[in-house]
Amino acid sequence: MSVAAANSYLESLLQGGSKLPVSPLAWLNQLRANAVERAGALRIPTTHDEEWRFTDISSLTKLPFQAIQTASDLPPSEAEPFYLEPATIRLVFVDGVYAPHLSTQVPDIAGDSGIVVTHLSAGLSKHPSTLEQHLARHADFRDTVFTAINTAMLHDGALVIMPPNATIDKPIHLLFIATQEKVASYPRCLLIAESGSTATVIEDYVTLQQGVYATNAVTEIALSDNARVNHIRVQRDSGQAFHIADCAVSLSQGSHYQSTSIALGARISRYNLNIQLAGQDAECVVDGLALIADRQLADTHTCIDHIKPHCTSRQLHKCIVDGSAHAVFNGKIMVRPNAQGTDSAQSSRNLLLSGRAHIDTKPQLEIFADDVKCAHGATIGQLDSEEVFYLKSRGLSEMAARNLLTYAFGAEIIEGIPIVSLRKQLEQTVLERTQRN
Amino acid sequence: MISPDSKLLLEIRGLRASINSIEILKGVDLTVRSGEVHAIMGINGSGKSTLAKVLAGHAAYEVTGGTVLFEGSNLFDLAPEERARAGVFLAFQYPIEIPGVANNQFLRLTYNTVQTHRGKDELDPLEFDDFVREKMKMLEMSPDFLDRSVNAGFSGGEKKRNEILQMALLEPHLSILDETDSGLDIDALRIVANGVNQLATKDSATILVTHYQRLLNYIVPDYVHVMEAGRIIKTGGKQLAVDLESHGYDWVSAEQRAAARI
Repeated sequence: MSVAAANSYLESLLQGGSKLPVSPLAWLNQLRANAVERAGALRIPTTHDEEWRFTDISSLTKLPFQAIQTASDLPPSEAEPFYLEPATIRLVFVDGVYAPHLSTQVPDIAGDSGIVVTHLSAGLSKHPSTLEQHLARHADFRDTVFTAINTAMLHDGALVIMPPNATIDKPIHLLFIATQEKVASYPRCLLIAESGSTATVIEDYVTLQQGVYATNAVTEIALSDNARVNHIRVQRDSGQAFHIADCAVSLSQGSHYQSTSIALGARISRYNLNIQLAGQDAECVVDGLALIADRQLADTHTCIDHIKPHCTSRQLHKCIVDGSAHAVFNGKIMVRPNAQGTDSAQSSRNLLLSGRAHIDTKPQLEIFADDVKCAHGATIGQLDSEEVFYLKSRGLSEMAARNLLTYAFGAEIIEGIPIVSLRKQLEQTVLERTQRN
Repeated sequence: MISPDSKLLLEIRGLRASINSIEILKGVDLTVRSGEVHAIMGINGSGKSTLAKVLAGHAAYEVTGGTVLFEGSNLFDLAPEERARAGVFLAFQYPIEIPGVANNQFLRLTYNTVQTHRGKDELDPLEFDDFVREKMKMLEMSPDFLDRSVNAGFSGGEKKRNEILQMALLEPHLSILDETDSGLDIDALRIVANGVNQLATKDSATILVTHYQRLLNYIVPDYVHVMEAGRIIKTGGKQLAVDLESHGYDWVSAEQRAAARI
């Protein structure tokens, strides 16, 4: 890719940003302007950049799609198959634009609990100071061009604020539906979990068409002391789509963050998950599954940063790769000098289903403290012959045994998802994609 | 139990088998009739677990000589899954964990697969649930084990009980229990042995592969065989296990060597 081509791609994207209405909030206009400036100074990464060695996104730069601003009139019957049971609080975005007629009409503040579940533009007018404190404070855009672009285009998305000690019995479903080809969307989500609060949030990217489109999503999650957040992310975009996403999570003392991210769709997807364990005794559990085939590429980069002492991190990332697909996992565990008593375990397990499938996995440990427990391991391979034999000795045919084990390999990640209908949907997808005759 | 009208179930003659070109079984002879319980004992490396795996059809072992007839047919004509369907069951020393697959799903799949091949009706999930819960009572297993992933996070005793549960469901004619007693505390041993005893019928037979006599206090064998260096070197009644426990395996080996010199 030539520098000129990449630059013209950036320029044309950012020109789209100038169509955004000017906000009455000076800080927001300033934030967008800073991001535009930063994006202009950065460049689109190439495979010469260490962080992007395996993921060639030059094809994306040939597609300077623009965001759409007009509200959707998607009939509810088309969105309903994606709704989850038991009932959730649901915010729906169609091609990146908030769709009130498809969303649960919770009052901005649910009851007198003080819980806020709303779309970002409403949130900006009602909770400007809270947003100013958090927006773009967790997801750093200084060095990450796609985050800078998302911030420059910052307009629509979801806002969840859990006040101190609040809990909601229903999960919050953030549903992003792609209906149009050749458009870009820039969803921006912010979840603020105040001290002692508990929330389950599902970030769900789905499509009604199989064409080309681009998603550049940024999610920021801030957990105050002892907050608990269960974050489930499902990317089931069109097989032609581009999906680039950044998620930044900050944990305070004693807080607990659980992440389950599932990548099934997109021609090229990249998910950056950055977790800062910034308070003592914070914990994170990070599970991931990429299940891809054909010519798909799914790249997951995670960084779990142990900043404070006595934090715990657990990570299990799995890839099942078929066809000529290519999965990338880069899992960095950083243990800062002050982070004594760190307890960290990371496992990358990968299953190749075809001779042309390809996996690059890289556990990366950077440890600057001495009293730490860090375990890590990576396996790449075919199914274990002992496991196959066990099932055959129970009467299953070779094929049935292999199918069951392949299914199980993916299902292990999915079985932790607490929303029954979502788990069943995903189990069905894994079943369909792992069965051969 | 030894009975006069029993049928010939398993006939092993001069069985030789290798793994990675190293010969482990060097001419095993063994005859098992219906209703009988056989114990195969021996020190580690004597080949007793290899015998169990060869009979179940583990692909890592190559059969290099001898014959095995199961109910009159050549066992080696059958793939492992066909042996299972024909009624050969191996309870594993180290049962495999399958995270991601619920135990009830797995048990029903294996049960229905085997039933279908035996020309019998499958059970739907509700029917199967009732059926399996009855079997679990015998093994004092909590129904919670149905919803958990297959063997994942099970203790040693729980895994072995899950093996015997599978044996109960698949109703084998020949059960081979490979070191089923290893890693069990005395309560778990009693429950597992009790299950095996209840499942014994006059038409089926059991081979217990074990290192210790302990299991044989609970499952009383009709025959005890001692394996050494890939062959059965001595066969006796249940008293032989007691003698082995007090005198050690060296005693049999010495006797063998003495006999060989004569």
